[in-house]
Amino acid sequence: MFGFIVRRLMSSALVVILTSMFVFALFFLGPSDPARPLCDLNGKCTPEKLQVLTEQMGFDQPVAQQYLTWAKGLFHDRTITMGGTYHCDAPCLGISYSSRNEVTAELKQKYPATLSLAIGGALIYLVVGTILGTLAAKVRGTAADRGLVGASLVISSIPYYVVALLAWIYLSLQWGIFPDTSYHPITTDGVGPWFWGLLLPWMVLGLTNSTQYARFSRGQMVETLGEDYIRTATAKGLRTNRVVFKHALRAAIVPVITIFGLDFAYLLVGTVFTETIFDIDGIGRWGIRALRAPVDFPVVACTVLVGAVIIVIANLIVDILYSVIDPRVRVS
Amino acid sequence: MSDRFLQGAHARTAAQGDSGDSTHGSAGPAGEAGTVTSTGTTDGGAGRDPFLVVDHLSVRFPTHDGLVQAVTDLSYTVRQGQTLGIVGESGSGKSVSSMAVLGLHNPKSTRLEGSITVGGQEVVGADDATMRKLRGKEVAMIFQDPLTALHPFYTIGQQITEAYRIHNDVSKGDAKKRAIEMLDRVGIPQARSRVDDFPHQFSGGMRQRAMIAMALVNDPKLVIADEPTTALDVTVQAQILDLLQDLQREFNSAIIIITHDLGVIAEMADDVLVMYGGRAVETGPTKLILTHPEMPYTWGLLSSVADVAADTNVRLIPIPGNPPSLLNPPSGCPFHPRCAHRDKVPGDLCVTTLPELLPAKVGEQHLRRCHLPDPEAIYRTEVLPEIAPELHDDEVAG
Repeated sequence: MFGFIVRRLMSSALVVILTSMFVFALFFLGPSDPARPLCDLNGKCTPEKLQVLTEQMGFDQPVAQQYLTWAKGLFHDRTITMGGTYHCDAPCLGISYSSRNEVTAELKQKYPATLSLAIGGALIYLVVGTILGTLAAKVRGTAADRGLVGASLVISSIPYYVVALLAWIYLSLQWGIFPDTSYHPITTDGVGPWFWGLLLPWMVLGLTNSTQYARFSRGQMVETLGEDYIRTATAKGLRTNRVVFKHALRAAIVPVITIFGLDFAYLLVGTVFTETIFDIDGIGRWGIRALRAPVDFPVVACTVLVGAVIIVIANLIVDILYSVIDPRVRVS
Repeated sequence: MSDRFLQGAHARTAAQGDSGDSTHGSAGPAGEAGTVTSTGTTDGGAGRDPFLVVDHLSVRFPTHDGLVQAVTDLSYTVRQGQTLGIVGESGSGKSVSSMAVLGLHNPKSTRLEGSITVGGQEVVGADDATMRKLRGKEVAMIFQDPLTALHPFYTIGQQITEAYRIHNDVSKGDAKKRAIEMLDRVGIPQARSRVDDFPHQFSGGMRQRAMIAMALVNDPKLVIADEPTTALDVTVQAQILDLLQDLQREFNSAIIIITHDLGVIAEMADDVLVMYGGRAVETGPTKLILTHPEMPYTWGLLSSVADVAADTNVRLIPIPGNPPSLLNPPSGCPFHPRCAHRDKVPGDLCVTTLPELLPAKVGEQHLRRCHLPDPEAIYRTEVLPEIAPELHDDEVAG
C-alpha cells in the first residue's frame, strides 16, 4: 500500500511538471511577443520600452533557461525587475502584471473560496446523485424511476450557466430566499456566514451535476443488481435495503468514483461560471480575468498549475479509495 | 455409448430385480432413512411427510414480446434425507422452478401460479418477512459459479458470518468461530487463516466448498444445488459431490440437485425429474429412469452423454433441433418437433394433444408424458442397441 502511494506520488509530480512546461511553452512558442502585454499596460508601447522590458524580464534568454529561472522560484526568493523592482518570496510564481502583487500571495487569498465551492458542490452531486440513482435502480421500471430519469435528462440539457444565472436572479435577487451569495472566509467571519453565503452556489453546482451522476449510478446499479452475488445475498435472507445499500452499492460505486476523479477538471470549469455569476472572488474568476488582454501570464500559469495539482490530487484520492473498496486492487 | 453409470445402474437393477421386493418408490428414501438413524437422528415420522411440496406450479414472465412460459404445471415433492435430481437442457425451467422455492424472482415481473409449501409454509404469494425467515435458514442455495456468486469485495469469513448472524443472535466473534468450523468441515485447509481471504484468493474448488459452507451454516432442511459442479474441474467435481453426500448423511437434509449432467444424477439422486420446455416429461426413481426410460427426450439425453472410456466406434447421438420457444410453445407434446419416433403414434396426436403424465410400464412412481403405445419396447429394441450395443447384447444373452 505504501509503495503504491509513493509510486503514484512520483507519477503525479511528473504530470504537474509536464503541465507547467506545456503552459510555459504555449506562451513562448506562440505568435505573440511575451513582453508585449506588460509593455501595453502603462501608456503607449514604444519599441524602446519593449526592448528594455524584454531585457529586464530575460525574454531574450533561451526558453529552457527562463523555465528553470521560473521553476527555481518555487524554492528560492527571487528579485524580479519589470519596470520597477519587486521582491518575491519563495515559493514564487512571479509578480502579477496587472496588480503588481506576488502571484502566490494572491493565490493564498483566493484558493479557500474555490476549494470551499468545489468540495461542497462535489460532495452534494456525488451523494445526491448516487442515492437518487440507487433508489431509481431499486424501483426500476416504475413511474418514479422514469420520472427521475426524464427530469435528469431535462436538467442536464440546460447549459449550466443558464441554471446558475436563473437561480441567482430568482432565488437571490427576485425572491430573496438567499439574500447573500458570496464568500465569507471561515477564519474571519465564522462558519455561519461561510455556510449560508455558499449554500446557493453549492446547491446549483451540486444539483445540476447530480443529474448525470444519478443516471450513471442508476445504470451501474441496475447492472450490479443483476449479478449472481446479489442473488446470493438475497438467498441468505437479507433485507432488501441491506442487499441494495451494502452489497450492491459497494460494487456499483467503483465506476462512479472513477468518473468522479475524471470529472474534477469539469468541476473546475464549473466553478469559473459559479464564481463569476455569484460574485465569489476565487481562482476561476481570477484566471479568467488574467486571460483578458493584456494577458497576465504569471497568473495564468499559476491557475493552470493549481488546476493540474488539484486534478492530480483528486485522482490520487480516487486511486486510494479504489484499493480501500476493492480488495482485488490491493493485492495486485 | 458405454456409460459407467448406465452399466452400474443396469447391474444394480438386475441384482435386485428378482428379489420380489420393490426396489423403487419408497426404497430410495427408506434406504436413506436407514443411514439417518445410524447417525443418531431420532426424528421418527418426520421423514414421511414431504418437506417440499411443489403443486401445479407455473412461472411466467410477461415481456414486450409476450408471455414467457418458463414453467408450466409442475408438481414434485422432496422428503428430508432424499435427493431429487432435476435434469434438462438450458431453458427447460429447472433453475426457474427452484428459484421460485426461495421467492428469488422479482414479483413485479413474474407471474406465479400454483402452490409451493416448505415445511407446511406456503411460499407463493408470501410476504417478504416470511420469505426472509425461510431463505438461508430452512432452504439454502448453492449456485453454479462460485466466483460470481460470492461477493468479490468481502472476505469468505465475512460472507459466511453474515449468513449465520441473520438467523442467529450471536456476537461477531462467535459467528466467526462458526464460520471457521464450517470451512474446516467442508475441507478447506488452514481454515483459521483462510477465513480472512477474499474469494479471488481461493481456487475454484475451494470457492465452491466455501459456498457450500455458507449454505449449510444454518443447518438448512433443504439445500438446492443449482449446477454445483458445472464450473469446476472434472477431478474437483467428484470431490464436491462426495462432500454434498457426506453432509447430507450428517445433517439429514433434503437436496435438490439441478444439472444437465446425467453422470451427476446417477451419482447423487434418489429420484429424477426430467424437464423439457418448462414441463415435467418423465419422473421416477433414478435407477428406473436410467435403465427403462420411456420418453424419447430422456433417450436423447442418454444418447448424447460422452464417456472417455467409450468404444470409439460408438457415436454420440445429439438431439436434433433446438429447445422449444417458451414464448410460443409447440402445440401438443412439446418435444414433437424434435422427436424421431413421432411417426409411430397413430394420427397427429403428438401435434394436437399434450400427453398426460401417466404411469410407465416399468416401475412404480415412474411417470412419463408420451403418446407412444409401448415406449419401453422401443427403447429396448431400437434405442439401447444404438447407444450401448454391449449392454443390449448382455441383456439378450442373459
